[in-house]
Amino acid sequence: MTRLTPTPATRCGVATGDRPWARRGLIGLAAAVVSLFLALPLAFVFVAALRPGFGAFWAAISHPDTTAAIRLTLLVAAITVPINTVFGVAAAWLIARFEFRGRQALLTLIDLPFAVSPVVAGLMLVLLFGRQGWLGPWLLDHGVRVVFALPGIILATIFVTFPFVAREVLTVMQAQGSAEEEAALTLGASGWQTFVRVTLPKARWGLIYGIILCNARAMGEFGAVSVISGHVRGETSTMPLQVENLYNDYHAPAAFAVASLLAVLALLTLAVRKTIEWRARSP
Amino acid sequence: MPARRVLPGFAPTMALTGFAVGVVVVLPLAGLVLQTLSLDGPAFWNAATSPRALASYRLTFGASLVAAALNVALGLLVAWVLARYRFPGRALMDALVDLPFALPTAVAGLTLTALYSGDGWVGRFIEPLGLPVAFTRAGVTLALTFVGFPFVVRAVQPVIEDLDPRMEEAAAVLGASPGQTFARVVFPAILPALVTGFTLAFARAVGEYGSVVFISGNMPGKTEITPFLIVTRLEEYDTAGAAALGTVMLGVSFALLLGINMLQRWGDRRGAGRR
Repeated sequence: MTRLTPTPATRCGVATGDRPWARRGLIGLAAAVVSLFLALPLAFVFVAALRPGFGAFWAAISHPDTTAAIRLTLLVAAITVPINTVFGVAAAWLIARFEFRGRQALLTLIDLPFAVSPVVAGLMLVLLFGRQGWLGPWLLDHGVRVVFALPGIILATIFVTFPFVAREVLTVMQAQGSAEEEAALTLGASGWQTFVRVTLPKARWGLIYGIILCNARAMGEFGAVSVISGHVRGETSTMPLQVENLYNDYHAPAAFAVASLLAVLALLTLAVRKTIEWRARSP
Repeated sequence: MPARRVLPGFAPTMALTGFAVGVVVVLPLAGLVLQTLSLDGPAFWNAATSPRALASYRLTFGASLVAAALNVALGLLVAWVLARYRFPGRALMDALVDLPFALPTAVAGLTLTALYSGDGWVGRFIEPLGLPVAFTRAGVTLALTFVGFPFVVRAVQPVIEDLDPRMEEAAAVLGASPGQTFARVVFPAILPALVTGFTLAFARAVGEYGSVVFISGNMPGKTEITPFLIVTRLEEYDTAGAAALGTVMLGVSFALLLGINMLQRWGDRRGAGRR
């Protein structure tokens, strides 16, 4: 998914690319695809959000249910992203640096949330923690409500964003090898010093990119959270769920107002990605 | 080969990773499997193969196949242009390719629905032509193509960048037409990446929910995808029915994940053979 290595500046004076009409035609076609298919929807979000006027936009954003959704989304991201970051770095170190039995199986389990439908992820948690679930009744007896409550939303978000940091950091660590770490250890650094002074700085771009991706998905997750949260307005509706609530109420302009905030998040994510690529190219 | 236990940190990272994978992935998986095992055979079979479920599989897998195939065509074009040509706006195009990864699926669904419905910017031009998209199977396919768009581009683009231009020059010098050069020299080299991209886009499309619920209209038997049917069953408190459908989807995900791993190994071998 990520390419943190420099792009070689291939000039294309060769075979298939050397005819100017072919080159211009292909570039034009690709530009048409990207603008119609990707840029147009992105632009439309902002047009539809601001078409009723800035006053209406602001009224939609500052509605109590929407501000509650924004707070909930920020809270969920603030809890899940650090958890997945710590786990991701540990898992990447383990898998990049050690050979052990079951390594491939572990990697497959870490990747699994990428392959499982978010709805199935939510379903699994409902089956586990629901009223008739395997752990649900016991937890309810002890006063812990998971389904239709914050813990369920957090668990669902951790599941769907589980592989992001691990995968990005793993790619970087595997590409870099461990010669510097071995040198630091030989020179008398402790394991922790080596990790903080050598490993983390070396893997920083992969780490930042993984965190950014994890955050974008945590704030934007729909399917898994939708299944487990119950969509209660002002309580268990995150921003993407609030978009659906408003749309189902025929408040399309308000839905687009909330959607535009999420689109800004997407734009920031893309901008950070470009910056990282550019920084990684000129260290 | 990683050094065996020369580096510190095996025990703590193993403990942390094992705990996290156990709680986050294995425990919920076990919950679903146990729930399914507690169903008796005929009940499972009836829930998993009801006419409504079969119609939802046909739509989910059919639309995902079409979407992944469209992504191969569009993705190859965009990857080729990004890898081979330098032109104004190239950086912007490169950044936009990742938009479907970054944009929440609910936003994508909402926007595509508004654009392609009868009075939308695009819908008002194509609906009079007899091509309704919103609330049809075409709409489902459109949403799935959108969410899977980056996979083929990002799988193929680095492979095209790594191709040795001398191979193509040699083919041209030996009298091959540009078409022959592409078919005999370039295409075999990028085939594993194309297949990997196709499978990744397909796997993503099969599980997709957020963007489709808006644009499909969710009519049972017509535009209802399997993930939506699972949600419906849960809302009807039909936990067993939802678990049966979820197990079918999970089985497909496992098979696809295995397939992707095998494809990537195939690609690595082909790449190694070429260097």
